[in-house]
Amino acid sequence: MTAVVDLMDYAEVVERYDPVLGLEVHVELSTKTKMFCGCPNLFGGEPNTHVCPTCLGLPGALPVVNGRAVESAIRIGLALNCEIAEWCRFARKNYFYPDMPKNFQTSQYDEPIAFNGHLDVVLDDGEVVRVDIERAHMEEDTGKSLHVGGATGRIHGAEHSLLDYNRAGVPLIEIVTKPIVGMGERAPEVARAYVAALRDLLRAMDVSDVRMDQGSLRCDANVSLMPKGTSEFGTRTETKNVNSLRSVERAVRYEMTRQAAVLASGGTVTQETRHFQEADGSTSAGRTKETAEDYRYFPEPDLVPIAPSREWVEELRATIPELPWERRKRIQAEWNLTDEELRDLVNTGAADLVAATVDAGAEPGEARSWWVQYLTQQANTRDVELADLAITPVHVARVIELVKSGELTNKLAREVVQGVLAGEGEPDEVVANRGLKVVSDDSALLTAVDEALAAQPDVAEKIRGGKVQAAGAIVGAVMKATKGQADAKRVRELILERVGA
Amino acid sequence: MTDLTRLTASELAAKIHKQEITSVEATKAHLDRIAEVDGAVNAFLHVDTEGALAAARKVDGDLAEGREPVSPIAGVPLALKDVLTTKGVPTTCGSKTLENWLPPYDATVTRRLREAGVVILGKTNMDEFAMGSSTENSAYGPTRNPWDRERIPGGSGGGSSASLAAFEAPLAIGTDTGGSIRQPAAVTGTVGVKPTYGGVSRYGLVAFSSSLDQAGPCARSVLDAALLHEVIAGHDPMDSTSIDAPVPPVVTAARAGLKGDLTGVKVGVVAEFSGEGYQPGVQRSFEAAVAQLKDLGAEVVEVSCPNFTYALPAYYLIAPSECSSNLARFDAMRYGLRVADDGTHSAEEVMSLTREAGFGAEVKRRIMLGTYALSSGYYDAYYGSAQKVRTLITRDFSAAFEKVDVLVSPTTPTTAFKIGERVDDPLAMYLADLCTIPANLAGNAAMSVPSGLSDEDGLPVGLQIMAPALADDRLYRVGAAYEVARGPLLDRIPELKGVSA
Repeated sequence: MTAVVDLMDYAEVVERYDPVLGLEVHVELSTKTKMFCGCPNLFGGEPNTHVCPTCLGLPGALPVVNGRAVESAIRIGLALNCEIAEWCRFARKNYFYPDMPKNFQTSQYDEPIAFNGHLDVVLDDGEVVRVDIERAHMEEDTGKSLHVGGATGRIHGAEHSLLDYNRAGVPLIEIVTKPIVGMGERAPEVARAYVAALRDLLRAMDVSDVRMDQGSLRCDANVSLMPKGTSEFGTRTETKNVNSLRSVERAVRYEMTRQAAVLASGGTVTQETRHFQEADGSTSAGRTKETAEDYRYFPEPDLVPIAPSREWVEELRATIPELPWERRKRIQAEWNLTDEELRDLVNTGAADLVAATVDAGAEPGEARSWWVQYLTQQANTRDVELADLAITPVHVARVIELVKSGELTNKLAREVVQGVLAGEGEPDEVVANRGLKVVSDDSALLTAVDEALAAQPDVAEKIRGGKVQAAGAIVGAVMKATKGQADAKRVRELILERVGA
Repeated sequence: MTDLTRLTASELAAKIHKQEITSVEATKAHLDRIAEVDGAVNAFLHVDTEGALAAARKVDGDLAEGREPVSPIAGVPLALKDVLTTKGVPTTCGSKTLENWLPPYDATVTRRLREAGVVILGKTNMDEFAMGSSTENSAYGPTRNPWDRERIPGGSGGGSSASLAAFEAPLAIGTDTGGSIRQPAAVTGTVGVKPTYGGVSRYGLVAFSSSLDQAGPCARSVLDAALLHEVIAGHDPMDSTSIDAPVPPVVTAARAGLKGDLTGVKVGVVAEFSGEGYQPGVQRSFEAAVAQLKDLGAEVVEVSCPNFTYALPAYYLIAPSECSSNLARFDAMRYGLRVADDGTHSAEEVMSLTREAGFGAEVKRRIMLGTYALSSGYYDAYYGSAQKVRTLITRDFSAAFEKVDVLVSPTTPTTAFKIGERVDDPLAMYLADLCTIPANLAGNAAMSVPSGLSDEDGLPVGLQIMAPALADDRLYRVGAAYEVARGPLLDRIPELKGVSA
């Protein structure tokens, strides 16, 4: 049973209302151990194998803060141009849910480690939007529930539920924006671009896997509308766990059209949590709460305050690598790119990958061509983000090097890349295992050339008669005979030598 | 032959280490005593005969092979409050909710006891989750005071103190959140010490109120308490609130005190802890004790700590607030009691029904108080104000300790009251901790040492000695000196032999 939902035409929405966004992004840090205990911080694993008394919340067990996680939190704060608290504490967020072992989440409340920052976000047309950051704070992840039976996959209506606490206690950073206003029709695009920029930033800093598909980067989108010409924010909804960049954009757009229809018909928007439906791009209401949730926050008495010294903060500032947007400015200058060329690079998600490939020793033009053309096609075929392809800039640089040295032809290089994408290992391993070396031994090639000329005497005659372009057929035959492992240019030279043309 | 159960821990240790007797003999003597009298006292919830004898055999074996004893109390039996986890041995916290729970890990205190060769006889009775002043809130029936079995042994650690007074163990461990070591010590004529907060690890101490809970030694003499204190104290990386500093020289101080000279020691009498509400016999006993301190050479002055009168109300906001969060984990999902899991109830209902069935009235009362105090809109007025009072009390202590070395007061305003007398009057029950709570709120060290018997009812009275944080040694010097001057007390306890077990 699906209720019919009224949606307003998008053009009309943005004509009548101003959208207000608030984005909350949860990032799982890729520390070796969990936030408050020594259990391994690994994705997956047999259920309930990465657990101990502390992350299971057993009676008597106590937390100890992971210093690396605090370090990552400060670095992220600095990269987001935040102030770093001189003194801050953890707090307990109290609510009952089976996948939360203690029935409170150790988080931060009114004393976040980083606050008052901003992130500059480049839109598709090159326009730069500054998104203000309210805060970035540390907390722990919950376990995972699997609700079996029932239609919704949620706890209500399930026949039984299975709990896996491997994820419980994994370090999280929650990054919260200030209200994003004045974006008009571009609001959904801004939301996506912001999350993409954040993802690129975190990846460059090597603090998280930032895999939206695995949940190591999760976005909750708060959306409200206010009638044009007014300045008081409307009632907002929070759409939870939107799991891809495209979904972020779709979820915001959907909520705008849904809320506009509600408001235009004289209704009121219900403040609630909504779930995004990947299949049709809609959102649906979560359980409406009769009263606002009261988390009864109070300072976590099991942990001592964190007071990062200014010297430490400055040391950490020095460890922040060149950030994606700085790198883009640099590559534009270094590679003489027009704004348009740079934008194409950025829009395909290739800019940072190309830059990293160049850093790994490749020539900029070659690096660009691989990522923007062949690899972008491969990503599209597989329906994944370019950056999520199973090939690294270092791999690509190596392939380019092999072509340059003549060890691979372009055709063989693409085969090597296919091997890497298929998980067969590093480029050199693929070359060795698939036997993809260029045949550069002239005597081996000459045998093949002689055989091909003998097989097609009429073509040989034509070439001899001056029709040099007819050599193509012989080249083709030689390439076929050598399974493509010959250098076509050298084959052509040998053919012409042989016929004495 | 000497009755081994009448010896102090230091006397027993000396005999065991000289191999005049074995630890197994000492252990069996106490196990026999428990079998004989505990039916009438109910100090133990669980007796671990096998574990105790195995630990004793280990000590005996090491000594027989010529190895030095691993600690000054190696081989001595001990009673452990059932709020500290013991691997594979039941840990109920006096609650139905943990009736069948077998912890998979040892508390740090438990581990240190084992490493010191201390023989753990079993787990002692207590008010449920350490909430109470009479042990009547135990789900497993009240413990009776060996001085008068119609009376309470104090609480929450009534089982530990009663086991000492009943000669079932020479040493015991208690935990003190608002007086749960000191008040039972006072009403059973035994010694109990609440160390400086952070002096003894809380890892494995099932939390009632994390910022107040502190485990400490219970014994029949000040020197025994000091020997036990040194075994369990010291920094623990598993507890973030554990102090990384050397353990105060408590044994040296106790031995110095035994010389009976307090010349040069300044003692402050807390002006606020006398008068209305104090039983006259308790008051007279206290005044006699102060006179004896003067005779020992101490300089005695009266000191005002005006904010101490607000300690009780502040405590009854902070402790319930923290407990409402700490006890949220008992939700039937991972361990402990589970009711209504019959396929007709949701997870939420199972949680709720289990908590209703598993917790007693006092625990529920405090969870409700704390939930209310932390609620949005009330937080500042209740929890926030209580924290301010806490700061003021700490300042009162600081100001007092600029003038004097230790503060003294009665430990509790009355002698042991009758079982059942205050169960329907929580406020009267709470008054038992009037004098002990300030040291918990400020985190400093305090001791109760017997000051003889009240002249009107012949029941034990406790003298409380308070010292600054990290100056636990002062308690032992003053306490040991006073103990010598006071003379023997426990030989006046009525004989329990022959009671119907």
